[in-house]
Amino acid sequence: MKAFRRLLAKIHDINSRYREPRIEMSGAVRLSLMVLRLYLFALVGLMVYKFVLLVTGR
Amino acid sequence: MNFFSKLYYLSRKAWKAVGLYLVLAGPGIVVMVADNDAGGITTYAATGAKYGYHLIWFLLILIPVAYYVQEMTVRLGAVTKRGHAEAIFDGFGAFWGWFSLLDLMIVDWLTLVTEFIGMTAALAIFGVPPWLSVVAVIVLMAVIVLHGRYWTFEKLALLFCAFNLIYIPGAFLVHPSVRDVLHQGLIPNFAGGFNGQLFFFLMANIGTTIAPWMLFFQQSAVVDKGMLEKDIPWGRFDTLLGSIVTVVVAVFIVVVTGTVLPGVDIDSAAQAAAELMKTDRYVGAFLAIGLFDAGLLGAICISLASSWAFGEIFGWAHSLNTKIRQAPWFYATYFFMLVTAGLVVLIPHAPLVLITLFVQVIAVTLLPAALVFLILLLNDRTAVGEYCNTPAQNLVGGLIVVSIVVLSTLYGITVMFPNLIQ
Repeated sequence: MKAFRRLLAKIHDINSRYREPRIEMSGAVRLSLMVLRLYLFALVGLMVYKFVLLVTGR
Repeated sequence: MNFFSKLYYLSRKAWKAVGLYLVLAGPGIVVMVADNDAGGITTYAATGAKYGYHLIWFLLILIPVAYYVQEMTVRLGAVTKRGHAEAIFDGFGAFWGWFSLLDLMIVDWLTLVTEFIGMTAALAIFGVPPWLSVVAVIVLMAVIVLHGRYWTFEKLALLFCAFNLIYIPGAFLVHPSVRDVLHQGLIPNFAGGFNGQLFFFLMANIGTTIAPWMLFFQQSAVVDKGMLEKDIPWGRFDTLLGSIVTVVVAVFIVVVTGTVLPGVDIDSAAQAAAELMKTDRYVGAFLAIGLFDAGLLGAICISLASSWAFGEIFGWAHSLNTKIRQAPWFYATYFFMLVTAGLVVLIPHAPLVLITLFVQVIAVTLLPAALVFLILLLNDRTAVGEYCNTPAQNLVGGLIVVSIVVLSTLYGITVMFPNLIQ
């Protein structure tokens, strides 16, 4: 339990340390990250869909 | 006399350069050769068996692609002194950082399972039971990393890289027609027309040549080795040499199976080795030894890529230059990944084919993300200064990323829904 609390504290510490991205968020960077988000949503969505198909045996 | 003194001087100079390279050689060549892992050997063996020599030209195109991608990690690591995971956390914040770290962990672990599948299958050809293979591999890998010196690990890894060249004499043993190899292999063509199956093979070959863990491994290795800005030219040469060696080995595997097993459907490299045993037991044995070596080298590098990444983010000591007492969590992560992946192979009726399929799909999900981060980080002048990407490098890198995003999306869809693209 103590170890688990320590791990959570560490994660919290990491989150606060890297709260703000250091790279300047120019238009090109924002666009790249937006396209990446869309790509990941699409592919992860497909993976979940495939997983559902596998589980339901369809 | 003058001629001989000049010759002596030149040979001394050449030996000095070779000696210096051997000191600095490592991350580039190790990561590239390790990329010819168990999954890679299977892909190349299957490509040769399915398409003969017809796709050799495509493999050769992958030399500059692999070099351009991996060279960026050399610059980033040598200049920032940060591993890839830490660079992503720092550059893009915690959200993208955790995404990359968790994605890396999942794909690395699943890939490790496939390495164990390859190694146990290779040793099974020589009659070694799977449990003994798993135990022996874990002990061997402990011996390789527990020296407390990065240098020792690297030189041992280079030794295993040399074993990867076993496919070259193997190819000569099957007496391929050099004329056919050159004629069919070097002229770009799509044997049997461009269809879903060919596309699947092309993408599998790209996927085995550029993998997400390679970016994490090489950048962390550059940092652990202590490479500086002045070492970047050597790092580039090391990476270029590695990308040539990895593709040359791939070509020789294609030549072996293209000569001996044309038209045979290959599901695994172990199956290819067993098939080759029937024709020529030496060539079959070479393929099996090479498969074991490939799995071992891949497993070492993949486990290290994860341990380095976790160490960087959690602030644990994370160097091979530390003893187990100084960096317990670093080594604990390394062995946890290894032991759990090894145990999966020993589970009776484990869905190993499904695992291999998932590895491919998750790997293609991470690859474009890792490449986008890499290019953006190399454009951050405040962090990399004069070593940031030139417009030409951005153009080449951008083209590679866009191509891989498009192709990997199609590949992901093809793997998940094979009937869709036929």
